Amino acid sequence: MLTKRIIPCLDVKDGRVVKGINFVDLRDAGDPVECGIAYDKAGADELVFLDITASSDRRNIVTDMVRRVAETVFIPFTVGGGIRTVEDFRAILREGADKISVNSAAIDDPTLISRAADKFGSQCVVVAIDARRRRVGKAADPSLSYSESIKMNDEWKPSDGWTIYKNGGRLDMGIDAIEWAKKCEELGAGEILLTSMDADGTKAGYDNELTRMVAENVGIPVIASGGAGTKEHFYDTLTYGKADAALAASLFHFKELEIREVKEHLQGRDVPVRL
Amino acid sequence: MVAIIDYDAGNIKSVEKAILYLGEEAVMTRDEDVIMRADRVILPGVGAFGDAMDKIREYDLERVIKAYVKTGKPFLGICLGLQLLFDESEESVGVKGLNLIPGSIRKIPDSDGLKIPQIGWNSININPSSRLFKGIKDGSFVYFVHSYYLSCEHPEDVAAKTFYSTEIHAAVEHDNIFACQFHPEKSGEVGLKILKNFIEM
Repeated sequence: MLTKRIIPCLDVKDGRVVKGINFVDLRDAGDPVECGIAYDKAGADELVFLDITASSDRRNIVTDMVRRVAETVFIPFTVGGGIRTVEDFRAILREGADKISVNSAAIDDPTLISRAADKFGSQCVVVAIDARRRRVGKAADPSLSYSESIKMNDEWKPSDGWTIYKNGGRLDMGIDAIEWAKKCEELGAGEILLTSMDADGTKAGYDNELTRMVAENVGIPVIASGGAGTKEHFYDTLTYGKADAALAASLFHFKELEIREVKEHLQGRDVPVRL
Repeated sequence: MVAIIDYDAGNIKSVEKAILYLGEEAVMTRDEDVIMRADRVILPGVGAFGDAMDKIREYDLERVIKAYVKTGKPFLGICLGLQLLFDESEESVGVKGLNLIPGSIRKIPDSDGLKIPQIGWNSININPSSRLFKGIKDGSFVYFVHSYYLSCEHPEDVAAKTFYSTEIHAAVEHDNIFACQFHPEKSGEVGLKILKNFIEM
């Protein structure tokens, strides 16, 4: 039986693993290769490396990391962050990555999805979507900061929906997240990596309304991301949220939960996992 | 030495890295002499059936692969490399495959709530007489990424099965020809053991 996947995400800057809390504060948590090996042993089903390196030779830093990871880690891994062209895809896939995730670049030019899928196959094109509940009423005031508007956004109903953000969650594109996910599938995306910016960093659970809405509207796998804090959160998003996989970062990095513990809990509740 | 056939298919680097990790020499090549001299040959592949067969014919590899297989030395197809060993695929109607084993490649049937492609870890039922799966527990998990699947004509060629919407022949063994629909190079310890079995044959 096909199992639900548990995926640790490693944020990488200048070749070192860090963890963004709400995309702003960063903490160092080690070497990507070491982390990859440890997570493989711990039972991770695959890995995601999100590169946030800003320097001009970032591509070399990333390809070097990918090469090193691919030499020692024999489970699938995805690389994302700053990938803008088909040539970027080629350079990273050539070093042994299995999938590439794109976010802002796909919003700027959706044909990147189709061009990459034509060239390398849909299976390696993951579109990362950062979505946030639409701000309504007073919270929609553009002069409010992100955290201020979240506090005020209490009039939100599921029917108001979600919009997508780019540039690491800084810029509201005003595009409906469900519509965008459907378009990504049409263009040839193989998977959707769906992050709820409202839930991210809260440890209060995934946004399962969002996850379920996207999962029901596309025929490709959806990876839920943002908000995991307990074992039950994984169960919720993989059942009610209809996600095919669940991603978490700091929770695993700082051993607040072990992957195996999460999987045993899921198996005990009849969710198929690889143990 | 293991020759990994390079016909511009994506993702073949990870096959090479897994072989090197196991301590065996690996060469990515489309050179006839190198392939014929190799102790083992792997046909990897990700992509579409028709494009891949076009490339294989463009590089005159159909003849080379068939000549190598005749030597009786072990040959392993992986993912699309498994599918190419058969006669035809619903993915590229009218394109002839290598036709080395009887069977055909079909589209995974639509089934309620099931996503296509199948992406992820699925368990396999192993034929106990399989050489490729020697020492591997029945029900082990391996990593799949595919939209088309193999249906073998002869049950005795099937080395492992899995289920996703329908019964899928996940691995085959036919004389010196071995093949997996899943990716052993991405299937963690189980996958490395399968590759080790292959390089020790």
